[in-house]
Amino acid sequence: MKPHDLLHPRPAGLYCPPGDFYIDPVRPVERALITHGHADHARAGHRHVLATGQTLDIMELRYGADFAESRQALAYGEKLSIDGVTVSFHPAGHVLGSAQIAVEANGLRIVASGDYKRHPDATCAPFEPVRCDVFITEATFGLPVFVHPDPLNEIRRLTASLAQFPERAHIVGAYSLGKAQRVIGLLRAAGHDAPILIHGALAKLCNYYQGQGIKLGELAPATDEEGIVDRGAGQIIVAPPSVFGERWTRRFADPLNVFASGWMRIRQRARQRGVELPLILSDHADWNELTATIRETEAGEVWVTHGREEAIVRWCELNGIAARPLNLVGYEDEAE
Amino acid sequence: MQRFADLLDRLVLTPSRNGKLRLLADYFRTVPDPDRGYALAALTGGLDFPAVKPAMLRTLISERMDEVLFAYSYDYVGDLAETISLVWPASHDSETPPPALSEIVETLARLGRAEAPTVIAGLLDRLDPSARFALIKLATGGLRIGVSARLAKQALAAFGDRDVGEIEELWHGLEPPYETLFAWLEGKAEKPVSAARALYRPVMLAHPVGEGDLEKLDPGDYAAEWKWDGIRVQAACEDGVKRLYSRTGDDISGAFPDLLAEFDAEMTLDGELLVGNPGLKTGTFSDLQQRLNRKTVSKKMLAEYPVFLRCYDLLQIGDDDLRALPFAERRAILQNELPALSEHRFDLSPMVGFSGWEELEEKRRNPPHPVIEGVMLKRRDSAYVPGRPKGPWFKWKRDPFTVDAVLMYAQRGHGKRSSYYSDYTFGVWRGPDDAPELVPVGKAYFGFTDEELKLIDKYVRDNTVERFGPVRSVRAEPGHGLVLEVAFEGLNRSTRHKSGVAMRFPRISRLRWDKPAAEADRLETLMALLAD
Repeated sequence: MKPHDLLHPRPAGLYCPPGDFYIDPVRPVERALITHGHADHARAGHRHVLATGQTLDIMELRYGADFAESRQALAYGEKLSIDGVTVSFHPAGHVLGSAQIAVEANGLRIVASGDYKRHPDATCAPFEPVRCDVFITEATFGLPVFVHPDPLNEIRRLTASLAQFPERAHIVGAYSLGKAQRVIGLLRAAGHDAPILIHGALAKLCNYYQGQGIKLGELAPATDEEGIVDRGAGQIIVAPPSVFGERWTRRFADPLNVFASGWMRIRQRARQRGVELPLILSDHADWNELTATIRETEAGEVWVTHGREEAIVRWCELNGIAARPLNLVGYEDEAE
Repeated sequence: MQRFADLLDRLVLTPSRNGKLRLLADYFRTVPDPDRGYALAALTGGLDFPAVKPAMLRTLISERMDEVLFAYSYDYVGDLAETISLVWPASHDSETPPPALSEIVETLARLGRAEAPTVIAGLLDRLDPSARFALIKLATGGLRIGVSARLAKQALAAFGDRDVGEIEELWHGLEPPYETLFAWLEGKAEKPVSAARALYRPVMLAHPVGEGDLEKLDPGDYAAEWKWDGIRVQAACEDGVKRLYSRTGDDISGAFPDLLAEFDAEMTLDGELLVGNPGLKTGTFSDLQQRLNRKTVSKKMLAEYPVFLRCYDLLQIGDDDLRALPFAERRAILQNELPALSEHRFDLSPMVGFSGWEELEEKRRNPPHPVIEGVMLKRRDSAYVPGRPKGPWFKWKRDPFTVDAVLMYAQRGHGKRSSYYSDYTFGVWRGPDDAPELVPVGKAYFGFTDEELKLIDKYVRDNTVERFGPVRSVRAEPGHGLVLEVAFEGLNRSTRHKSGVAMRFPRISRLRWDKPAAEADRLETLMALLAD
């Protein structure tokens, strides 16, 4: 069996003909395997969904209980046979419940990484490399310019700014699934014990994380009481990055925009978004993690998807690994 | 070096002036000598390292990584210094601690062309990406972080709880790393005494005449003179050392050798720098612009745009500091002394006689020369005091020009205004009457009240045609658009703007919700204002 016969891209997503299923399809399909709960990977409207229990929970939180006709949970490492194809889920270290998906038939194993990272993250299970013949890697930060710094050092820049500008509300833009909880967890690890205010869009997921045993400390709604002068002064408010430049921020005391994202490595990105304090904090693998992971999987062939495919393909060429871009559409490489 | 790199990273993204001042003052407070002094020198443009060129850095990186991967990276980031700082291979040698800023500055200062590549590579190996970026910017010149030398001095003043004038007055006699200055500001030593000559004296500035100001004043107490449209400068000569300073104390001598060559008297003059020849021709501000912001100046420039000083005041003569004398006395001495100077390079600013405010108002409205932008009022008994004291001096400017323009684009502001569309590009009509088109003629981001800002912000959001990142294009057509009355000080020809004109100091003076967009002004109206 050729790799292409086991998995190949179709307009709806990555498709497995012998098992008749898709991985992270972008359109409604009969059978979908979902790597993690981010909206561009996990969509509502598929008939049958297979994912980790936490990913299924997150999909229900986001889309309601009827997001699919039927669902099945698979624990990390557990194997399931679908029409002669063996599938298994392995921790990806990206967000809570995130998984790489291994697909195996006739002695050929392909691992689709989904989104992943190798930096330590207390809010999810750490990445486990899986040996395979073909490794499908994401490449969101697939350029040598992206080397993420120590997350705790980045978070200390935030607490330092809070001490230096105690009259200003520090609004941290962080995506509602994963990044927001990671930022809060890191703040706690850095010794910040004060209540953290959160935007309404974060409440359900933060609750869920806490229910899964992840300690986030005391959280309070950012917009609870009306008519407070100097609201949020000297406090941390975590909100989706889409609030930057929106009227929502006007209620706070002289807002200072903080953005937690791997993109903040590039100064112009911070400038464009009106960010005053960029925190380089990513849930995706940086250049060193991507290249190290490719080696660890011992894959003879690498398919590269969403991101800067050309640089990873070039690196593989230089290191004698067959590689090609996999032109999947519909994933937001900007959303981080 | 890490502290300096952090400071630069933070300053460049901090829009508010007060925020920058706090970052700087905190830095000076918490970083020891000599590092803080070298940082101050870097911020005030006092460091220059000729041995490091961008091409050399390009070569260094090409020896260390695949050319194709570098090309992808550079293409993505767009800035060479930043790209190199990010892709430079991390060193795993944790034995050598990262160098301090002082070590870097002292190394760069001694650096020769030949050894530069090895030394720079060695330094880059010991730094993290943010500090590498700071090193490259420092070594190649041009930090471009939105901090002027004056702002850095104001931060020093705040840090030491001193008047910025005191620091400016000392400044040109001091050298990096400014240890005596910091010791004084921290109260650990006396004020440094400078042995340098021809120092800058902080200038005296005027308040604009406000509503009802003049009624309270006796015209007999004041002398009036024309306000010329050049740049305010100070020329100092002491023991043969000659310096020309800008209003904010920057040494601009290098750009004006023609003036200084003929400045042969031991004195400090306050005046207006203008292009032309006294008595024959006084050039416009756009003529003068040919000579501004240059480090050196060509012979052709010197011949085509000669400069002269129209003198307003005399601060020092020989060893005598005249600043405590009344204006009338200083002026009398100036009038006596000026004939000693070259008549091609120096003349006296003429006084304007008047017996009452109405007469002066009449003269202000009808100035005898196009390069006059109003009148100055100076109390005859006023001492020369640094800063902008209220009362002794007033500027009474010519009324601004106004034009009715149509709002075309709006951009989100910074800092406090980051959730508002507060920077407006506006245009006027051109082309045939039955098919007119708007051409942008300027951009303004102030002049309106907070209430008006909210209204325009709502208008922009409700009338957006397209979005480009932080910019929105706004519906602007003859039958639908927001007319802004824009006030401005003057108009220059410009080859860089599509309209061919550039406004000086444009601001929104009124919102014309009542005026149909089709009735806004046409480009021809503006063209007619161009003086020459």
